[in-house]
Amino acid sequence: MKKEYIKPYIKKQSAGVMNKFGVTYNKGHREDIEGVPVGKLTEEFGSPVFVLSERVIRERYRKIYSYFSSKYPKAKMSWSYKTNYLGAVCSILHQEGETAEVVSDFEYEKARSLGVPGNRIIYNGPYKPLESLVTSFKDGAMVNLDNFDEIIKAEEAAKQIGKKVPVGIRVNMDTGVYPQWSRFGFPIENNGAFNAVKRISHSEHLYLEGIHCHIGTFMMDPNAYKEAVKKVVQLMRKIEKEFNITISYLDFGGGFPSNNKLKGTYLPPEVAVQPVENFIDAVADTLLDELAPDEYPDVYLETGRAVVDEAGWLISTVDAVKRLPDGTKSYIIDAGVNLLYTSTWYNYKVEIDRELHGAYENSVLYGPLCMNIDVVVESAFLPPLPKGTRIILSPMGAYNVTQWMQFIRYRPAVAMIMEDGTLERIRRPEKLEDVTGPEFVPEKLRKFNL
Amino acid sequence: MDIDKLTVLAVSESGFIFDPVTGHSYTANATGLKILELLKADKNEDEIKSAIMDEFDASDDEVTVDIQDFIENLKKYFLV
Repeated sequence: MKKEYIKPYIKKQSAGVMNKFGVTYNKGHREDIEGVPVGKLTEEFGSPVFVLSERVIRERYRKIYSYFSSKYPKAKMSWSYKTNYLGAVCSILHQEGETAEVVSDFEYEKARSLGVPGNRIIYNGPYKPLESLVTSFKDGAMVNLDNFDEIIKAEEAAKQIGKKVPVGIRVNMDTGVYPQWSRFGFPIENNGAFNAVKRISHSEHLYLEGIHCHIGTFMMDPNAYKEAVKKVVQLMRKIEKEFNITISYLDFGGGFPSNNKLKGTYLPPEVAVQPVENFIDAVADTLLDELAPDEYPDVYLETGRAVVDEAGWLISTVDAVKRLPDGTKSYIIDAGVNLLYTSTWYNYKVEIDRELHGAYENSVLYGPLCMNIDVVVESAFLPPLPKGTRIILSPMGAYNVTQWMQFIRYRPAVAMIMEDGTLERIRRPEKLEDVTGPEFVPEKLRKFNL
Repeated sequence: MDIDKLTVLAVSESGFIFDPVTGHSYTANATGLKILELLKADKNEDEIKSAIMDEFDASDDEVTVDIQDFIENLKKYFLV
């Protein structure tokens, strides 16, 4: 009987260059996702394939909402469509009770097409076409305005439907974090927000109902939310006093981190990222400190990433193994950066579908695109992988299947593991017609001889 | 392929390799040692592949790629 084959290796011994934190983050293998064998998922849906878990989405949402609502009496959550607007994902969260938070006319239409009533939609974003403002006002959506030109546009929209409509304003402020997100909304510090309220208070077509902010993304420090809550409540006080307006909702947006590993961070996310409860504490505790005892406006969170990121994986397959001229081991996998927008700022967790023997070495994972930028993972500590090895990258639930692009290759299927363990294809792989369908080739260009 | 540097290596059965010329040391696994031994005996890649496949349970394609990769590693260490 022949001996078991283990890929050959030779490794030079060296001393004094050990990393005291180790490089174990990428070490590991998993044979299944949520109890479903990796092989079964690729057999049914092909490779690469995005996999989402219904159970994890619901659990994450319930964990966050139950904690938030236990801390603040009028806690509300609205699903950030841009984080993941696959119909199945949005529907799970709407079933859980989240309203829809959209930032474009497309997202607004998508929410409506899924059956979300207009008055259960929060319409944010720096650009809202006039037609969509008209529609959203007719539907009774909660619209948060971003700039003075949008106030004028909203007046025009309200005039068209012939009624005075409620609006909110988005505000920005210094919360002690860098970079400050000052491009969205009206600045509190230089009175821009106050002037916007003054302008709205004089409007025949609009009246102010709420204040919205969204201070950043993948925020690492909950203290920034404390600052945001303090400044927004101070603004609310000033508005009440100067204009006798009662604010009925405050919307603190999202920006809570997930357990993904930001590039440039040294520690693993389990250590570096604070639990979501700390962020909710920052919002809710500060609110309770700042508000009067009988004063409880509706308070919204639009948490996206912290709900869905860890509910997603990407399974890809090693197609070729190469050693670069400098000796670095590299693999070509069948999923590229066109599918993985977040690869520009995350070092994903890399797992393989089986236990493999051999010397671990830092390896590069290249995607299949004929583009030099197609580097999915710059350095993963991996044993020698045979061709055909499945590589499981995670967390994948947030922003990839919205920011992915059809480029060079078709976009793959998205599968969902349902709570009962059954599998559903929630988005089919693309085909040629999906790409060529919207195109038009003028008659004179249709014939050529080669 | 220049195998002069390989022939001077001191190789133990446990996989410890010492280069008396440079003072560098290396470790290799059983498959790696086997390839090293065959390279030192001036066998070509086809002969090495046959020998590996006679002894180990592996496919032709996989062994071909792995031998190539092993030799690339030796080049990286300036051993061939």
